[in-house]
Amino acid sequence: MSTSAKGLAAYHGPTPPCKRPALGASFLDKTAKGLATGTLTAIKHGVAMLCLCAVPALAAASSVPAIMPTGDLGLVVERASGSLLQVNTSRHAILRRIEGLGDLSHASLVFSRDERYAFVFGRDGGLTKIDMLSGAIVKRVIQSGNSIGGAISQDGRIVAAANYTPGGVKFFDADSLELLAEVPTDSKVVGLEDSTDNRFAFSLWENARGEGEIWVADLSENPRAPRISKFPNIGKQPYDALISPDGRWYVAGLFGEKGVAVLDMWHLERGVKRALPDYGKTDPKLPVYKMPHLETWAMVGNLAFIPGVGRHEVVIVDVSTWQQVGAIPVAGQPVFVIARPDGRHLWVNFAFPHYDTVQVIDVEARQIVKTLQPGKAVLHMEFTPRGEAVWLSVRDANRVEIYDTRTQSKRTELPAQAPSGIFFTPRAHRFGL
Amino acid sequence: MGTPALAAAPGPDRVKELTHFVRQECGFCHGLQLTGGLGSSLTSAALRDKPSEALIAATLYGLPGTAMPGWAPFLSVDDATWIVNTLKKGFPQ
Ligand code: HEC
Repeated sequence: MSTSAKGLAAYHGPTPPCKRPALGASFLDKTAKGLATGTLTAIKHGVAMLCLCAVPALAAASSVPAIMPTGDLGLVVERASGSLLQVNTSRHAILRRIEGLGDLSHASLVFSRDERYAFVFGRDGGLTKIDMLSGAIVKRVIQSGNSIGGAISQDGRIVAAANYTPGGVKFFDADSLELLAEVPTDSKVVGLEDSTDNRFAFSLWENARGEGEIWVADLSENPRAPRISKFPNIGKQPYDALISPDGRWYVAGLFGEKGVAVLDMWHLERGVKRALPDYGKTDPKLPVYKMPHLETWAMVGNLAFIPGVGRHEVVIVDVSTWQQVGAIPVAGQPVFVIARPDGRHLWVNFAFPHYDTVQVIDVEARQIVKTLQPGKAVLHMEFTPRGEAVWLSVRDANRVEIYDTRTQSKRTELPAQAPSGIFFTPRAHRFGL
Repeated sequence: MGTPALAAAPGPDRVKELTHFVRQECGFCHGLQLTGGLGSSLTSAALRDKPSEALIAATLYGLPGTAMPGWAPFLSVDDATWIVNTLKKGFPQ
């Protein structure tokens, strides 16, 4: 513990002791402004700048502090340039840019349970393992032609990737990225979520008969031979799914018809049930320009707050009865509805053409308390672990904005190239993230 | 991109806007490289042999029963024609 305390001090101190000279602190301050332009070259060349020495130097190749905690780190996806920004959420700082990750449109990532590694799932089927300490790409495999996302097992040993073409799920050893098992499907796979007992649940968008399915892969006995339970005919076009924070309920949203498909992971024998018969796309004249994301259904007590589909509202569901109990009108079709960790507020972003707006809803009052206009294409929002701040990616403005969630006002902004997903390391300890 | 349908063929500024628009907005479903995602591939190889009229209609009015929405509120016929012709040739970065 004494070493880690030292590490922390080194991290925050004005002139921390450093084994080797590295880029100066002034450099880091400049990073924010300079990232998009000149300073970038320094970052490009992989200069380690975690040791924030005040020695303006010609940067030795690897000078990381003896101990570098990862609990307040994160990664921001730069979707067009195939790079990631490593950030620190306590200091609102960019640490470095990590490049060479291929096509990162719609990319997502998960963290190892020790918060040391990130596993990045790229659109081009690339699965990349990144060391949060060194910023290095530890391993990269092209695991399919076209991938959509992934998950990590409860015990942290297995990384799963969901694929579009060819459709299916692949399981990898989290240490070596060795392929452990492959579950082919005749459909695009969506909504891959990790659950309890080293199980994963996922949905088939459209099988050969034009139907959706839910499958559960159980890797508890043998990760090389997953046991598969299949639930056919669960509804048309499941487009995304969520797992409840306790890992119990797997819920798939349906695009092709109304309602959601619900599977109780405690009782697979009870099968998939349909719920929320009125939830979904109602008016064919209200087009859906972007699929809502379910991954993070905001849960506050018994209530889940979910994005309307093709509708400009946040839908309120009582999960003890799976009934819709209300709706809150908002500025557009929601994409993400996320709850501040204490559940007091919801932050909502929207699909094209309302994607320049973010609204904050007071959960008790069920009312919008703030409408923000960060700029065109707010793609993602991520809270710090206890929620004092929220980070927004604003794609076309090429920046990440950081808001104080108490006042809902902007604290600062950081430059980023066409940022999309923002992922903070505490996700490592939660199901479905 | 809230510009309503324009009557004239897209000029250089509009072409720039449309290029960004296709990569980003269409890219959500069709992939940033347009090689496919939830939506089908929109590469030259995938579209070359398909009738332009049908592709333009799909772009403007969507494909009912699928997740492909119509973009008529934001794209003129000329915009959509330019997009489809350009997709068929291979879309610029
Ligand atoms: C919300 C998701 C979504 C968005 C956004 C989207 N599409 Fe599509 N698109 C689809 C889907 C799904 C299909 C395939 C429908 C099918 O046949 O199953 C499709 C099909 C198409 C087709 C027909 C392709 C063929 O081979 O017949 C064209 C053309 C097309 N889209 C163009 C566009 C353009 C241009 C944009 C942007 C202005 C766009 N799409 C945005 C979902 C989307």
